[in-house]
Amino acid sequence: MSANTALAEKYRNNFLKEIEEQVEMGDWVKMCMQCGVCSGSCPTNFQSAWEHPPQELFMMIRAGKREEVLTSTSMWNCTSCYNCIVRCPRKLPITHIMHGIAEYAHRIGMAPKMQATRFFSGLFWKNATKTGRVNELKLSMGLYFKDGFAQGVKNGMAMQSVALGLVKAGRLNVMELFGGHKCKDQKGIQAMLKKAYEIERNRKAAKMAG
Amino acid sequence: MAKHEYAFYPGCSSQKGASASNYLTSVEAMCKTLDVKITEIPDWNCCGASIGYAEAGELPRHVMNARNFALSEKNLPGKEIVATCAACWLGARETRERLSHSDTLMNDTREALKEAGLTINEMPNIRHMVEVLIEDIGFDEMKKHVVRPLEGVKIAGYVGCQTNRPFGVDGESFENPQYLDKMVEMVGAQSIPEYEQKVTCCGGALAFSEPEKAQAQIKDIVESAYDHGAEMIVTPCPLCQANVEVYQGQINKRYGTKFDIPVMYYSQLMVVAYGGSAKDAALNGQVIKARRLEEIAAKPVLSRAEGPAKR
Repeated sequence: MSANTALAEKYRNNFLKEIEEQVEMGDWVKMCMQCGVCSGSCPTNFQSAWEHPPQELFMMIRAGKREEVLTSTSMWNCTSCYNCIVRCPRKLPITHIMHGIAEYAHRIGMAPKMQATRFFSGLFWKNATKTGRVNELKLSMGLYFKDGFAQGVKNGMAMQSVALGLVKAGRLNVMELFGGHKCKDQKGIQAMLKKAYEIERNRKAAKMAG
Repeated sequence: MAKHEYAFYPGCSSQKGASASNYLTSVEAMCKTLDVKITEIPDWNCCGASIGYAEAGELPRHVMNARNFALSEKNLPGKEIVATCAACWLGARETRERLSHSDTLMNDTREALKEAGLTINEMPNIRHMVEVLIEDIGFDEMKKHVVRPLEGVKIAGYVGCQTNRPFGVDGESFENPQYLDKMVEMVGAQSIPEYEQKVTCCGGALAFSEPEKAQAQIKDIVESAYDHGAEMIVTPCPLCQANVEVYQGQINKRYGTKFDIPVMYYSQLMVVAYGGSAKDAALNGQVIKARRLEEIAAKPVLSRAEGPAKR
């Protein structure tokens, strides 16, 4: 049984409870009073309209629309500007709830595979934790080449003038491709993160069992 | 001994050859003038930034920041941690807040840190460099060092998101913070307090993953600066700086605009106003050259006795 099927089975007919127990800050969802200030404060909602803006996602969670919420591209439109957090009259940590739902959907394999920001988010975390510090060049290259080599070269060409400007200004170092900045105690960082994931996994599993 | 001493968390973008290396150069020169000693936390690591959320989870993300706290406590005991990057500052502050409010999270963090041979006994204060400037140094002291006022230069103060929300600088509003405008005035330039895009998001990481969305926002930010007659934009955030500066060419192609406005760090303005060279202020690190500042940086400084020009 896949992780998704097991979770769907366990929380059958109670998606709100699933979100509360498995999603970071998920226990705040029930506090939403549907005023819509978050949606009206969201920069990307204005630019291109989210499929389901935050307050709508919250109501969908309460209505048990599990599939629609977890497969939505909406949460991945968050720019982490925190405008919704500071304006929410009920003080819901909306940015963190959006990140939390996105992380959960990604964790159980429900998130839209081709969503660019989902891809970039995972890439960023892997890049940062691999050596302890971000390698900006490898991060950009990783994104451009996500859809294969040919598309990667095309993407790279489109970004050529931007990259060249940065290189000339001393703010992009092509040598970063071979090594680059890193922490000394990478072993310690890996061990520490492994432990952190293990603890977090156990806590979530305990909630599911309880 | 320096007047003010801190543990310094420069962050990934400030490293040599990285996107905000010019920020670090100018901060170092600025701190020298203000007698502020910043000592880098040895072997510091990435804060995880907001955009790591797909795989960071809750505990791993806090553990990353906690490692920096532990290293700071071990090597620079009793010192407050100062970050220059908005994301580093926000990430570290968030971790501080979460761990302080949850014994479970704190204990779990300690257990994970043990694997790296580290621990936390005291929770450090996390400060942004602009907080140090405003709260510990103060505008009066900052102004005393101005020997080459940036007279006649009109500058839009672009605060952006993460230096402003969700924590922000004490005493400032989320909707219309004033401190950056005051800093612009402090260096003798002309501020634009009514600049309505001062807290608009630059698109953050979406500038990489979904550029058309981020660039629509950046367009608003730059356009409004032009509408107000600004010659340059100033910001306290490395991602705001890079996003608003380096995509102007692509925005011009997309929208048929003719944007070409320099985007500076507050520290660069201060270094030039404090009599530093273009090199001290890292003006060579601009993708869109700040010609006006380069000209000013080439001028002789006022003698100390004359003091800064009265406004």
